[in-house]
Amino acid sequence: MVDAPRENHPPSSSPADACLIAARRVTVRFGRQAVLSDVTIETPRGQTLAIIGESGCGKTVLLKTLIGLIEPSDGRVEFDGQRLDRLGEQALTKLRTRFGFVFQQAALFDSMSIADNVAFPLREHRRLARAEAYEIVVDRLSEVGLPASVMVKKPAELSGGMRKRVGLARALVMQPELLLYDEPTTGLDPIMSAVINELIVRTRQQHNVTSIIVTHDMHSALTVADRIVMLMPTARLRSGAQQVVFDGTPAEVRASTDRHVRQFVRGEAGERLTEMNAG
Amino acid sequence: MSSADTTAAPREDAPPPGRLHSVNDQIADLGEVVVQAVEEIGDITIFAWRTLAWLTRRWPSRDVLFSSLHQIGVRSLPVVALTGTFIGMVLAGQAYYQFRSFGMENRLGAMINLSMFRELGPVLAATMLSGRVGSAIAAELGTMRVTEQIDALTSMGANPLRYLVAPRFLACLFMIPSLTIMAIFMGVVGGAFYCIYVFDVDPYFYFQNAQQAAGAWDLFYGVFKSGFFGAAIAIISCYRGFHCAPGAEGVGRASTIAFVQSFVVILVLDLGLSIVLDRLYFFFWPGA
Repeated sequence: MVDAPRENHPPSSSPADACLIAARRVTVRFGRQAVLSDVTIETPRGQTLAIIGESGCGKTVLLKTLIGLIEPSDGRVEFDGQRLDRLGEQALTKLRTRFGFVFQQAALFDSMSIADNVAFPLREHRRLARAEAYEIVVDRLSEVGLPASVMVKKPAELSGGMRKRVGLARALVMQPELLLYDEPTTGLDPIMSAVINELIVRTRQQHNVTSIIVTHDMHSALTVADRIVMLMPTARLRSGAQQVVFDGTPAEVRASTDRHVRQFVRGEAGERLTEMNAG
Repeated sequence: MSSADTTAAPREDAPPPGRLHSVNDQIADLGEVVVQAVEEIGDITIFAWRTLAWLTRRWPSRDVLFSSLHQIGVRSLPVVALTGTFIGMVLAGQAYYQFRSFGMENRLGAMINLSMFRELGPVLAATMLSGRVGSAIAAELGTMRVTEQIDALTSMGANPLRYLVAPRFLACLFMIPSLTIMAIFMGVVGGAFYCIYVFDVDPYFYFQNAQQAAGAWDLFYGVFKSGFFGAAIAIISCYRGFHCAPGAEGVGRASTIAFVQSFVVILVLDLGLSIVLDRLYFFFWPGA
């Protein structure tokens, strides 16, 4: 169990660690409003990257853009050297079997049992028989600390923490190369947050998976990440300023002298209240 | 910029004041509505096309399809049968006094059956389907959109059109003819019951006239139209669910709009298809 933030491996800059996924000069606009503006982030294979930033800075939009759920207005996303925008619908669908996505509210299918939820990718892509798929489901559920007895339950019968763990089991079931977590600890009690953090670390160790975690929980980011990137909301950017205001290790983020980074890490309101009242 | 700059004199390209300005605004608003409507029609057409394209590539799994057929078809049967029966009886009750004034009450069966076969059966079944199933589809898919379940499907490499839209489309398409036939049958039975047992119309002449008036072409006429209604209900309802705005209000609106738009499209299609089918009939059987 994780009790305190700990240092993980520092980000590797060795050329052998090729970039697995990269957003290059990505801009995403909804109508006239730009949520992401010229964002470039590269993630080497095997790294755990945490993307932090205040609410509305575009963290989740970036995560969804990385797996092609949202199409960038400008720029491109590359996964393992392939440009997502140049892939056809079928090729993109196939590529997505190499991703695992843990949604903020788990996004389990209400109409299905937990077993069918976790078995879904196996039945869809590997065309496994139900019994065969369920054997794998039991293993994955036990990996995230859930008993086989939950398999017959519906998502509505589980607690928030259990649903998140089922979401993680479902994301892991196809043994993905890249795991994306959207606010994995939001809405959970401190103990369950620590459990989820521990599972993220353990998953990376056991499966050697590349992970990108979007969070505003600094404890979680410092616990699980090799590298931390901080985004600023476009509305608060000065003309010509970069949206990525910080990119470094957990040790560097703690030592950062940047005013925005320091405020975020320490959870200080600073001048935000005044800004919000003025706005 | 200083505050003095922001309160400077009106710019030359600023909109003209007064009534002209208001008219300009109204024209711009109207233009925006038209552009939005055209965009939406284009979007729905692309949505339908992509669904059909998925159907040619890979059909939904048997489990998913059977579940949709049961939900959409079997569970709609009682309500369609009930409304069909009552519509048949109401039609008999409304028409009896008119027909009696001409001494033609024995021909009520012809009128009731023809109305049920050609118009009331298909339109009634489609209306019930859009009310019971269309809004439920929009609400279900809308909730899935809001709770990121549709994104989850996509992220797992399962195309939502194939997994969510295709089975509902096929279920509406395959089940609406059966529902239409049920509505027609119950309407015919309801009308006959009311005429014979309440108004004492002679059953022999009632059925003889009914049999002569409505035939296989009329049944085909109604069932053929119903296929288009089913397809329209499925596509519009699924589209509304997929494009649902966030929150409970968004889901509610998606559900309401799905029903209203489906109903309007059913009426428009009904008119268009009736004209086409009548032309076809007189083309093949000019002397009829």
